[in-house]
Amino acid sequence: MLQSMIAGEQLLETLRERTGCPAISFSTFRDNYRILVPREYIYVVLQCLKEGFGFNMLVDITAVDYLYYPDARHRFCVVYCLLNTQTGQRLIVKTFLDEPDLNLPSAFSLWKAADWLEREVYDMFGIIFEGHPDLRRILLPESFADFPLRKDYPLRGRGERHDFPAISRAES
Amino acid sequence: MPLELVETWDEFTDQKQYLYTLNFGPQHPATHTTLRLILTLEGEKVVRAVPDIGYLHSGFEKLGEDLNYNQYVTIVDRMNYISPVANEIAWHHVVEKLLGIEITPRCKYIRTILAELARISDHCLNIGTAALDLGAFTPFLYAFYQREQIYDLIQEASGQRFHPSYTRIGGLMYDIRDDWIRMVREFVQTFPKAHSDIHRLLTRNRIFVERTKGIGILPRELAINLGCTGPVARASGVVRDLRKDEPYLAYGELRDTFQVVCATSGDCYARYLVRMEEMLESLKIIHAAIENLPAGPVNIDVETKEVLPPKPDTWRTIEGLIQHFELIMTNRGLETPHEEIYGAIESPNGELGFYIVADGTDRPYRCRTRPPSFVHFAVFPYLAVGHQISDMVAILGSLNIIAAELDR
Repeated sequence: MLQSMIAGEQLLETLRERTGCPAISFSTFRDNYRILVPREYIYVVLQCLKEGFGFNMLVDITAVDYLYYPDARHRFCVVYCLLNTQTGQRLIVKTFLDEPDLNLPSAFSLWKAADWLEREVYDMFGIIFEGHPDLRRILLPESFADFPLRKDYPLRGRGERHDFPAISRAES
Repeated sequence: MPLELVETWDEFTDQKQYLYTLNFGPQHPATHTTLRLILTLEGEKVVRAVPDIGYLHSGFEKLGEDLNYNQYVTIVDRMNYISPVANEIAWHHVVEKLLGIEITPRCKYIRTILAELARISDHCLNIGTAALDLGAFTPFLYAFYQREQIYDLIQEASGQRFHPSYTRIGGLMYDIRDDWIRMVREFVQTFPKAHSDIHRLLTRNRIFVERTKGIGILPRELAINLGCTGPVARASGVVRDLRKDEPYLAYGELRDTFQVVCATSGDCYARYLVRMEEMLESLKIIHAAIENLPAGPVNIDVETKEVLPPKPDTWRTIEGLIQHFELIMTNRGLETPHEEIYGAIESPNGELGFYIVADGTDRPYRCRTRPPSFVHFAVFPYLAVGHQISDMVAILGSLNIIAAELDR
């Protein structure tokens, strides 16, 4: 544990040097190692982690809406789970976003796995990934207006189920 | 009459005129569930494949935010319904990691056996239906007979065949009976016969080999870049298995009993072979675990106030009833740290992870599933291009897409 803490500090130092961003912070919980990156630097940091530290697999991209979370200062957080397949080391990269500007650079040019994962985050939270080749809704229909995993969207929906156009056999 | 030269129209010489669009699904026997592929064809060759998903989306992650950590296990069951026990184990593994609970050795071993049974049942279904789609009916029957045996085992342990909801925070719903151990031993003895039957029916079957070898090749670098895990990645030569790399449950103690199965060619045939051999490795784990099953309690101590007391205690003793209400009542409940955690296990399909955000209450603030099917289906367009339309069925079968997990 202590050794990995030191490794984390070293990683942080190198990252700060290479990306020129002093505001990266590091934390651990159980066996998870996490770094928090300001949104402007997210692409540079991801690129540096991929090319310099061998994090060659993007395991997951997800987002969290902190609207009702106690003591939260930001609305959204986008979470990247990275994995180095050589050493088996995992790293979670987080970045906070706030309401008017929900744009992030797409990680598709680094990992092709980002394609559908970013589409899902866009579908569920409305976070726009700039430079994504095909940012459409993936799970919900194109006509859906809301972003259902946001906390201000009610659990039972807003009546989309009832308003869904039903096509009879004669019309089809 | 001599032939005359006629001026051709530009739009007729345009290559695109001869491309043909075909909707594969959402209701197609080879998709097995509801998913759709929009194929652009040049004759019989696929030049472009665009998957369209979401037909089975039911908002599992939103539902999870409204259910507590024990209740959500019933929803998790229904994600990969081919091997539901593996999902339950994954979910409660991550919840226990969040709460910092170390489960008892007996529970670890029982969960390991169940997880490996789930792996065998998942691979049986995948191989059976993949062969069925390619026209081989007999292996399907052999594989499904073995799945029935596994369902009997799960029913004997939990009381439910398909969606057992057997795990709880800190343990299991209840302990297994001694009879179950005998049944598992019997299964370990009878399964290799069925396995070798399937081997003999398929592995050197000329039609099956012609239909799968060299089809849907996924190179190693692309597999890593696309985030593939599990048998799909291992068939492409990515040597990664969370059971060895990040041992959880009893895999750390049983690590010498099994090996990680890998292949290098990365085609449909390699994925089939990896799955076939993995079943035998799973059987070795089950054998070692059932023979070394530790005695002792299956749940952690009730005094920790994290695990539900056994049902007879709840009904017959005042302490049990108080413990029960401490966890169940809306103004009490489990205390969780203000933290976020990512944890994953090696499910039959690949890395099944959960990202949980806890806010101190007994309900997850956010519970993201990292579904292997979702990531693997994104690979499909890369594999499909350049193959015949009849190969789509083989590729789809070899990726093992479970639409309920894909769409959640």
